[in-house]
Amino acid sequence: MLKFFAKIFKTPKNIISFSKNDLNQMDFFEIGEKIQDKVKKLFRGSLAIRQIDAGSDNACEQELIALSNSFYDVERFGIHFVASPRHADMLLVTGPVTRNMAKAVKDAYDGTPNPKIVVAIGDDAIDGGIFKNSYAVLNGVDSVVPVDYQILGDPPTPTIILYSLLKILETVEDKTLQKK
Amino acid sequence: MSIFILVIQLIFIPAFSPLCVGIIRKIKAKLQNRQGANIFQPYRDIWKLLHKDEVLSRDASWIFRFTPYIVFAVTLVVGMSIPLFVPHVFGFMTSDILFIVYTLAIGTFFMALAGMDTGSAFGGFGSSREMTISALAEGGFIFSLLTMALIVGSSNLFDITSFTRSINSQYFLPMILAFCGFFIVLLAETTRFPFDNPATHLELTMIHEAMILEYSGKRLALMEWAASNKLLIFIALGANLSFPFGFPMNVGFVAIALGIFYFLMKMFLFCVIIAVLESSIAKFRFFRLPDLLLISFIFNVVAIGLIYSIK
Amino acid sequence: MLEIIASPISFFILLSLFFVGAIGSLFFYKNNNQANAWSSFFVISGSLVGLVFSIVNILTKNSLLFGLKTSFFSFFTISFHIDLLSSFFVFVISLLALFCSIYGIGYVRHYYKKYNIGVLGFFYNLFIGSLILVVTSSNGILFLIFWEIMSISSYFLVVYDNHDDDNVKAGLLYLVMTYIGTSFIILAFLLLYKYIGSFDFLVIKDNIALIPASIKNIVFVSAFIGFGLKAGIIPLHIWLPVAHPAAPSHVSALMSGIMIKSGIYMMIRLFLDILQPVPFWWGLMVLVVGSISALLGVLYALTEHDIKRLLAYHSIENIGIILLGLGSALTFYSLNLPALALLGLIAALFHTLNHAIFKALLFLSAGSVINEVHTRNMEEYGGLIKYMPQTALFFLIGSVAISALPPFNGFFSEWLTYQALFQGIAQMSFVTQWIFILATGSLVFTGGLALACFVKAFGVTFLARPRSKKVTCAKESALSMRLGMGGLALLTLLFGVFSGYIISIINTVSQSLGIFKNSSSAINISSSQSMSVSNGFSSISGPLIFVLFVVTIFLVVFIFKKIINRKQKECTTNTWDCGTNFTPRAEITATGFSRSIILIFKGLLKPTIQHNIEYYDDQNRYLPKSRTVTLNIGNVYHTYLYQPLHIVINKLSVKAKTIQNGNIDLYISYILVALMLALLVIL
Repeated sequence: MLKFFAKIFKTPKNIISFSKNDLNQMDFFEIGEKIQDKVKKLFRGSLAIRQIDAGSDNACEQELIALSNSFYDVERFGIHFVASPRHADMLLVTGPVTRNMAKAVKDAYDGTPNPKIVVAIGDDAIDGGIFKNSYAVLNGVDSVVPVDYQILGDPPTPTIILYSLLKILETVEDKTLQKK
Repeated sequence: MSIFILVIQLIFIPAFSPLCVGIIRKIKAKLQNRQGANIFQPYRDIWKLLHKDEVLSRDASWIFRFTPYIVFAVTLVVGMSIPLFVPHVFGFMTSDILFIVYTLAIGTFFMALAGMDTGSAFGGFGSSREMTISALAEGGFIFSLLTMALIVGSSNLFDITSFTRSINSQYFLPMILAFCGFFIVLLAETTRFPFDNPATHLELTMIHEAMILEYSGKRLALMEWAASNKLLIFIALGANLSFPFGFPMNVGFVAIALGIFYFLMKMFLFCVIIAVLESSIAKFRFFRLPDLLLISFIFNVVAIGLIYSIK
Repeated sequence: MLEIIASPISFFILLSLFFVGAIGSLFFYKNNNQANAWSSFFVISGSLVGLVFSIVNILTKNSLLFGLKTSFFSFFTISFHIDLLSSFFVFVISLLALFCSIYGIGYVRHYYKKYNIGVLGFFYNLFIGSLILVVTSSNGILFLIFWEIMSISSYFLVVYDNHDDDNVKAGLLYLVMTYIGTSFIILAFLLLYKYIGSFDFLVIKDNIALIPASIKNIVFVSAFIGFGLKAGIIPLHIWLPVAHPAAPSHVSALMSGIMIKSGIYMMIRLFLDILQPVPFWWGLMVLVVGSISALLGVLYALTEHDIKRLLAYHSIENIGIILLGLGSALTFYSLNLPALALLGLIAALFHTLNHAIFKALLFLSAGSVINEVHTRNMEEYGGLIKYMPQTALFFLIGSVAISALPPFNGFFSEWLTYQALFQGIAQMSFVTQWIFILATGSLVFTGGLALACFVKAFGVTFLARPRSKKVTCAKESALSMRLGMGGLALLTLLFGVFSGYIISIINTVSQSLGIFKNSSSAINISSSQSMSVSNGFSSISGPLIFVLFVVTIFLVVFIFKKIINRKQKECTTNTWDCGTNFTPRAEITATGFSRSIILIFKGLLKPTIQHNIEYYDDQNRYLPKSRTVTLNIGNVYHTYLYQPLHIVINKLSVKAKTIQNGNIDLYISYILVALMLALLVIL
């Protein structure tokens, strides 16, 4: 047991640092209607994400799992993953929505309390990606639920996902400031 | 003065319990070589949830809607009645050990009903597992408090705290055994390892979380806050009943401030122990848990036997 | 005025009301409505008279002794002795009869076309009248006569619904077990008569020193078996879970609420009043039997999915708790601690009262549900809270009370029982102390498991979605049924909040027993209704708890609904079902809920699983058509106790049959031998 704890303390810190400059270099796409005021104030301190797999090839999921490890550590920003859409603020949908999962995504969207954000992550979720125009898919999440943000990539690396999430939270705030 | 103490006693537990949870999470994150969230993160979570809308299930009845208020009120009532930082709360007769145990059981009862109310499979088996664990943990709980009451000769918690400071050294061993039994019950009732993983996403492994899967918004905030209140209540009981060092003997501003300081130190120590324990062991298989609860019961029975064989 | 109420005249008025109600119902056998109205009117008025009579007796500390002198049998005198203990039991009987009869007015309408209501009214009035007579009679033979009337009338009530064969079988088992119990009681009384020469209880009490100790022990064992069988201790309980569900619900409530308590009454009367002084192992034996009954009762309740059987097993559990209080009282008195003995007796009596109230409430609400859904199987219920909201509320109050949650009355009587046991642990010597520790352990686990069982019962019955079509046709119960249940629910709350006052009255009742005449009370009730055990070990306050709860809940609701986030919107949608469609089969079932606990206790409960597969083609067993899994609990008492007894008795009977082999010569030789023996004895 003691060897175990000694090992913990000897392992070096390898967390990725984050500075505001990096954010400006990221670009991502934002579609959909403007998000209301309330959202930004709420979600700055704490964001609960529910991840929905709408028939994806699991590449994006692997990257999302990597977000919780000791390199990227998304929890230090107050973002955490939850088990039920009722607890969630943000729905992170991956995969081109297959026909069988269309109802599930819609139910999850209805079951998430307002105010909420929907993010389509990965090329597949944006417009079908490599499965585009197949008979089995509905070509992207926005055919089922209204999407607020998109993150490009097949799959996007954890760094990109992390910076995009933070930028979403920042932008949501800025947008509100600009409105005023 | 006494009104002032009453008000502080009322808001103390709800005010500090998210801090407790935050400290445990931070220590666990550090042990996993991560940075982890801020220790004040649970406060932000609760604040955010209080300001969200709610989505309710069509199958839910008034029990589902009303349970979070009942569960939270129950933790407030118990929080007011246990010794925290004053040697007695004016005029209160609600510090009887049986009253504390059964009032917490009211919270468990309604939470299990709310889990069954929405008719989802997860809520149902969450309630089933929670009631199994709770039924068996009550044995260890009452008996550990009973052991301390028999050593001291009174079943009022404030008397136990006051008298434990000056007991004979021959009672150390029963006290330690009672505390070990109590610690196992603490882990069981507050859904910590090895009984339950409070951060799991896999519904099949959930016990407490499964019952609150349907809650959202304000009600979810109340249920999570009530769960952290319960953690702090159990820590307070363990700390002040078994280790009353630094507990004030009289009532005055300096004494209270010192009492709060010592209590926060003890709370921090308990959080460290729980976090280290959670990082070292895995969750037990469900049918090994009754064995653990029976061990807690036996510790306490042996402690009672020891008290009287000494006399 | 008070003297008239507290005199034998009002007792006779009470009895005649029931008598007229019984006989009169038979005259109305053609007209259902009139029979119902007649019998209900007389029972309600009789129980009101009984309530007033017993309350006045208790408050004026009056005890009555009266009787008729008969000259034909010297041992059979018609005498009644109504001291405070009997008045207390008359109070419980009348209270319960009142509310169950109010409920019955609406409930009995469900039997109109099928059965004869006049007969129901007759046996019902007879049953309650005989219950009152059982607890007030003061002569052994008189007592046995009324005991028989009580058993027979309850038998006819159990088999009232005789279209169902199970009910008739249940009645037969009930009758056989009752007679076994009665035979042990007769044995006890005969032994007392042999050594003292009278059946009258007061005479026995005065001359108790005439009995040698070994005979007294035999009297104790046979009385304990006889009255315990009526009360439902384990292992003599097998009739209870079959008979109580078979009867109509308001009768089940009365049977569970007060008929089994008549066994408790006689145990208190015999062991604490008449047969004193007693050796202390009697108390220990009662304590051990009580703890076993409590724990096993609640474990068997967890295995049930028939709602009335579940409630019947809970009656066994609560009898166990009452016996814990009684056993500790006996033990303490035998060791010269009368103050603590008072504590134990007060705990037992208070729990008797409380259990009667909340068990009746639960049976009445279960009866309303069964009335509407026409099945007793909990697996077909679900979602009833939307169709019968008030019944659901009453069942919830009953569940909270029986699980001993504050501020209802169950908590305070269990608190007192705990205090009696704690004092036992603190003050007894080695062996006794360990028995008290084990009894406390049993009580603790019983409390937790009862809570689990009522989460299951209430949750599966009333919450979530309907599990069968029958539920959707359910409507709220009739007004009289709701009045009966509502009255009992209100009483559970009142007796909890004002438990200090009730306990001081029970204190007076207990102190009226001969052995406690000069003892000080073990419980101090202060002017603000807070109770504390005499040496300062614990204290609690009923009204304070209630006020605290109400104020805190009000505060929380006010702050979180009105102050924080007032503009919050709530929308309703389906339960989160992970994208599938939820059928009622997704909900948890009663069997599934308690399966974990059953597996944990499998040493005691011996669960069995049986698989059956039906194939499309028996030769080529490849495609199964249906699979059935049957989950069962091993019937330990039949296998290890009753079956062997049955086999032994059968064998002995077969051997005894050889005496009657039909040979006339042998019969003549029997006569010859008998004559010679008679001559020898005379000479």
